[in-house]
Amino acid sequence: MIRKISADEITKNVKEMCIEANYTLSSDMDETMRNIGKKESSPLGKQILAQLTENLDIAQNDNIPICQDTGMAIIFLKIGQDVHIEGAGIEDAVNEGVRQGYKEGYLRKSVVGDPIYRENTKDNTPAVIHYEIVPGDKIEITVAPKGFGSENMSRVFMLKPSDGIEGVKEAVLTAVKDAGPNACPPMVVGVGIGGSFEKCALMAKKALTRNIKTRSEIPYVRELENELLEKINNSGIGPGGLGGNITALAVNVDTYPTHIAGLPVGINICCHVNRHSVRTI
Amino acid sequence: MDKYIKAPISNEEAKSLRSGDYVYITGKIYTARDAAHKRMYEALERGESLPIDMKNNIIYYMGPSPAREGRAIGSAGPTTSSRMDKYAPSLLDLGLKGMIGKGKRLNTVKEAIVRNGAVYFAAVGGAGALLSKCIIKSTVIAYEDLGTEAIRELEVVDFPVIVVIDSEGNNLYETAIEKYKVE
Repeated sequence: MIRKISADEITKNVKEMCIEANYTLSSDMDETMRNIGKKESSPLGKQILAQLTENLDIAQNDNIPICQDTGMAIIFLKIGQDVHIEGAGIEDAVNEGVRQGYKEGYLRKSVVGDPIYRENTKDNTPAVIHYEIVPGDKIEITVAPKGFGSENMSRVFMLKPSDGIEGVKEAVLTAVKDAGPNACPPMVVGVGIGGSFEKCALMAKKALTRNIKTRSEIPYVRELENELLEKINNSGIGPGGLGGNITALAVNVDTYPTHIAGLPVGINICCHVNRHSVRTI
Repeated sequence: MDKYIKAPISNEEAKSLRSGDYVYITGKIYTARDAAHKRMYEALERGESLPIDMKNNIIYYMGPSPAREGRAIGSAGPTTSSRMDKYAPSLLDLGLKGMIGKGKRLNTVKEAIVRNGAVYFAAVGGAGALLSKCIIKSTVIAYEDLGTEAIRELEVVDFPVIVVIDSEGNNLYETAIEKYKVE
C-alpha cells in the first residue's frame, strides 16, 4: 500500500524542528551537561560548565537560541519506500521549512550562496540534505543544525590498513588536540571508521545524532569509545579550552565495511551545543 | 583574579591585565567578524579610513542571532578568532587594545599584542544566551548590508571574559592545558 504524505507536512515539521533544536537540547545532552560539572576538577572549568548550564536555562526561559551560531541545517531523511510525496518537490519542501523556521524562530542566517563570492542567502537555505530509502511507509526526519566553530576542526584521514586501531586512535586524538579551544569544548566527537572517503565523513556526522549515553553494540567499538573519551579528557584541554579534565562528553563511533586497500576515518567534532531533533511522520 | 574594567580601555589598564584574570567589561565595544574584517583590511590597503576608530577600543568577534521585539540583541557568544588572524595585526598597530573571541591565535597576532600592549580575551563559547544579558544596547554603525556580520556598537555591563594572551605574551591556552594534562 502506498501512503501519501503532503510536502506541506514535511515543511511544517522541518520548520518546527529547526526552532526546537536551537532552543532545547535532546534529553541525553541536557542531562549530561547539567551533571558533568561535578566531575570537573579545575575551578575555572567548573565555573564555565555552570555558566553553560545557566545558558541552557536562559535559552528556555527567555526564548533565545542556546548559541548565536544556529548552524547550517543538516537534514537526514529516511524515506519509506511505500511513501508517495504529494505537492512540492521534497528538496523545496525541506528548504521552505528551513526558511520559515529560521525566520520565525529568530535564528541567525549563516549561509552564503557561493563559497568564494560569499553573499549571504538571508534565509539560511539551502540545507544540506541526506536521503536514505528504507522499508516502510513513514518518513523519519532528523534536523541537526551544525555550528561551524567545531565543523571547521573536523577531519578525514585516509589511513592504511596496517595503521590499524592504534592509527585510528592517533587520528582522533590529533583532531581533538588540534581543535582545542576552537571547537567550544566540552565537545562530542563523532567518528566513522571504514566505508569510503565520503562514507566515513557521513557516518561521523550521523554518529553525532546518536544518544550520547548509549555505547556501541560492537564490543571492540564500545571499548574504543570509552578509551578515546578517557584519553581526550586526559588531554587537559578542558571546558572552553581553558584547562581541565572534561574536554569531551562522549565519543560515538560507527563502522562500515571497507576496501582491502583502505582504512578511512572521519572525525566530526561538535561543541557542547550538539543539536538534533528527530520526528517520524 | 576578578577585575572590573571600562571600555574603551586605557593603555595602563590593558597592560595591567594578566593571563588568567577573570574580567568584567563595562562600556562600549564593537563587533566585527570575518566579512567586516576583510572589508576593513581592504579599505586600509586602498589607503582609506576605517568606519570605527581602533584607538583603545575592543573588538568582539561576534555575529548575533536576530533580536526579538523589545530586546537589545539575540544570542551573542564569541566566534572562533583564528579566522581574523590575517587581519588583526594591522588593527592592533592602529591602536586596537582588546579582542574578544575564542580559540587559538597565530604567533603573528601574539607578537602584535605584545608590541602594542594589547590583550586577547576569551568569552565562553556557546554561552550566547547568557552573554546576551550583559548587552544592553546594540546599534549597527557600518556595513549594514553584511547582516549579522555588520559592525555593531554594543553597550555592555559586566560582560564576563577571561584574559588568554596578556601584553607580555603569556598564553592561558598553553599554560592551563599543561596543568591538567595527564600523561
